[in-house]
Amino acid sequence: MAKAPARNAPTPPAVPNRERPSEPERFKASKEQLLEFYRQMLLIRRFEEKAGQLYGLGFIGGFCHLYIGQEAVAVGLQSALDGEKDSVITGYRDHGHMLAYGIDPKVIMAELTGRGAGISRGKGGSMHMFSTEKKFYGGHGIVGAQVSLGTGLAFAHKYNEDGGVAMAYFGDGAANQGQVYESFNMAELWKLPIIYVIENNQYAMGTSVNRSSAEDQLYKRGESFRIPGIQVDGMDVLACRGAAEEALAWVRAGKGPIILEMKTYRYRGHSMSDPAKYRSREEVQSVRDKSDPIEAVKRELETMGVTEEQLKPLEAEIRKIVNESADFAEQTPEPDPAELYTDVLVETY
Amino acid sequence: MAIELKMPALSPTMEEGTLAKWLVKEGDVVKSGDILAEIETDKATMEFEAVDEGMIAKILVAEGTDNVKVGTVIAMIAGEGEDASSAAAAPTPASQQTEPTPEPAADKAPETGTAQLTAAVEKTRPADPAVPAGTEMVKTTVREALRDAMAEEMRADPRIFVMGEEVAEYQGAYKVTQGLLDEFGPKRVIDTPITEYGFAGVGTGAAMGGLKPIIEFMTFNFAMQAIDHIINSAAKTNYMSGGQMRCPIVFRGPNGSASRVGAQHSQNYAPWYASVPGLIVIAPYDSADAKGLLKAAIRSQDPVVFLENELMYGRSFDVPKLDDYVLPIGKARIVREGKDVTLVSYSIGVGVALEAAEKLAAEGVDAEVIDLRTLRPLDKQTVLESLKKTNRIVVVEEGWPVCSIASEIAAFVMEEGFDDLDAPVLRVTNEDVPLPYAANLEKLAMVTADKAVAVVKKVTYR
Repeated sequence: MAKAPARNAPTPPAVPNRERPSEPERFKASKEQLLEFYRQMLLIRRFEEKAGQLYGLGFIGGFCHLYIGQEAVAVGLQSALDGEKDSVITGYRDHGHMLAYGIDPKVIMAELTGRGAGISRGKGGSMHMFSTEKKFYGGHGIVGAQVSLGTGLAFAHKYNEDGGVAMAYFGDGAANQGQVYESFNMAELWKLPIIYVIENNQYAMGTSVNRSSAEDQLYKRGESFRIPGIQVDGMDVLACRGAAEEALAWVRAGKGPIILEMKTYRYRGHSMSDPAKYRSREEVQSVRDKSDPIEAVKRELETMGVTEEQLKPLEAEIRKIVNESADFAEQTPEPDPAELYTDVLVETY
Repeated sequence: MAIELKMPALSPTMEEGTLAKWLVKEGDVVKSGDILAEIETDKATMEFEAVDEGMIAKILVAEGTDNVKVGTVIAMIAGEGEDASSAAAAPTPASQQTEPTPEPAADKAPETGTAQLTAAVEKTRPADPAVPAGTEMVKTTVREALRDAMAEEMRADPRIFVMGEEVAEYQGAYKVTQGLLDEFGPKRVIDTPITEYGFAGVGTGAAMGGLKPIIEFMTFNFAMQAIDHIINSAAKTNYMSGGQMRCPIVFRGPNGSASRVGAQHSQNYAPWYASVPGLIVIAPYDSADAKGLLKAAIRSQDPVVFLENELMYGRSFDVPKLDDYVLPIGKARIVREGKDVTLVSYSIGVGVALEAAEKLAAEGVDAEVIDLRTLRPLDKQTVLESLKKTNRIVVVEEGWPVCSIASEIAAFVMEEGFDDLDAPVLRVTNEDVPLPYAANLEKLAMVTADKAVAVVKKVTYR
């Protein structure tokens, strides 16, 4: 006689059908490390505020996309990279990533003002800056292009067996571009060492994630390619750093690509010419009041015994660096007219 | 009634092949779908399937026979209830098979418009001054020359790899990468998914990261999906970075009209790429140039668009047997000397121009033919020097007339050689329409030697 099926048998908990990265832990920074994060984030904030000013004065032209509000992402993630071998690539909102890599603010600001001393000799501008020395590969103006290019950098790391990892930043807007998924497919197929960082600042120009994305939980966007994703508080530099460590461990172990969705927010418009009618002042103010990444570090430093008074000299030093970079960028000459014809090709034919 | 089995065309451009193996023998009963034979072309071995039912009454072409023309009757099938011997007696005797079988007109496949492009390409040409006198010459197909160029460069530089659709295990959609996987392995010869935008970006990124990619597009028509990376990412980066970030990459593949493949698969993109500063654009005609220029392209520190032509892949030309045959980028070549008129062309158009020159010679017009070889940077000097001698220029281009390479030649010749002109610069190109499929319309749409001859007569006032 057949045994009656057991009633009310407990359902076993769902187990993922493949390996997943662990839930990242918030990075436990020493006081010195946290001070350094604070310094870098403040440098980006003050630099970008100054860039906004210079734009208003007509020193900077064209498009200028500020990173204000998103500082924790670049600082937290890049602090985990090995500057000797890992590479970084991003889109046009690139000032913050360069500053987080310790590139001289003077040559960045001089590029913004289109001067010969700029890091691209004045020929790139705000969106097109590179430092091959630091393995920072730009600085790309076509939304999503850096995702395929970054996948190519990862391909080169694997090909050269140099142990390096590529980090490719893109926004919630770029996350809807087709080439992103073409790249995901190849990266997982070939187990390329790459961390895809989606900087979800909630708005692709003026279109909110909810108005543009059928799946608005962007960390899941790799699922159909078997690429795991982690959603991260992008307003918390220690959460960012912790996620980077987890992602690096995954990628360096040869498990292929991983996606980090950084939930962040930009305070300023998409670019300087953005009237920002798509969101309310109250919304922006509320984020500033409740989740500002720099204020959060300041509070954290306080619990470690660093007083506001003790931070003053650091803040003064940063203002000085930024002011000097602005002075330099205003005064250093424009490129020599002969530069018009240089660097079109490397060789002479 | 007995059914004739004819040598099939296995690709749009196949004209003959080797009947490698019979898998049936006389007396076997076959049904639709049975594999009857294996047929080899220069590209591949293919299986020949039965579509009819019946008994193999007679095999007319023995296995191992080379150069069997498409359309030749290779066997007879006797239908149900039919006498095999009568079926066997009916057709052409097997002994005639080495000769091309004259076909009844009604049976003949419509002639493709692109056939006229390659009609006269086997003509000999003056010796290349770049090759030392006495150098041994080896007949090589354009396809093999391209492969040899890649293989030689890959042996010399481990940073070079080949990536694209079907380049590895399939040995290349047009067999240009044949054998590379065997020699260099899957690390350096990489099959991609069908994802042109993606792998063009991956290749470009890899070049930025210090490698030397060769990205094969199955055809340049598909590179339209990837043109953003070719132009915005590869061509502009060195400039935008103030010379910091290089992008040494070769984008290569067949370009221009193929045969009877319709408008989306038949387009010459040379003018598109040649308009972009930051790119090198090369479009060789024969095997020696294909080899020497592809080697130069791979060595270049700049991004190169290397435009091949499917209709030329199977054509054979002399290639000098030299250890390292590399040609200079940016140098045109006079492939036929003449004094009455200069025909300027590139890629497959050079064959059309040479054929036109032969026809003109018969009428007493001595035409010079220039093969541009590199389209960016353009070798204006060679064109202007020739103009000084002939005072007349006609551009022959397998492509559309508007905003073409021909337009560019007309413009700079007017700007820089006006005083040497005794007649306007005229263009002989394809018609200004998407390429039609119908054989007669395709033929009407294409550039031809006769059209070139007619235009030359205008500028020579004959």
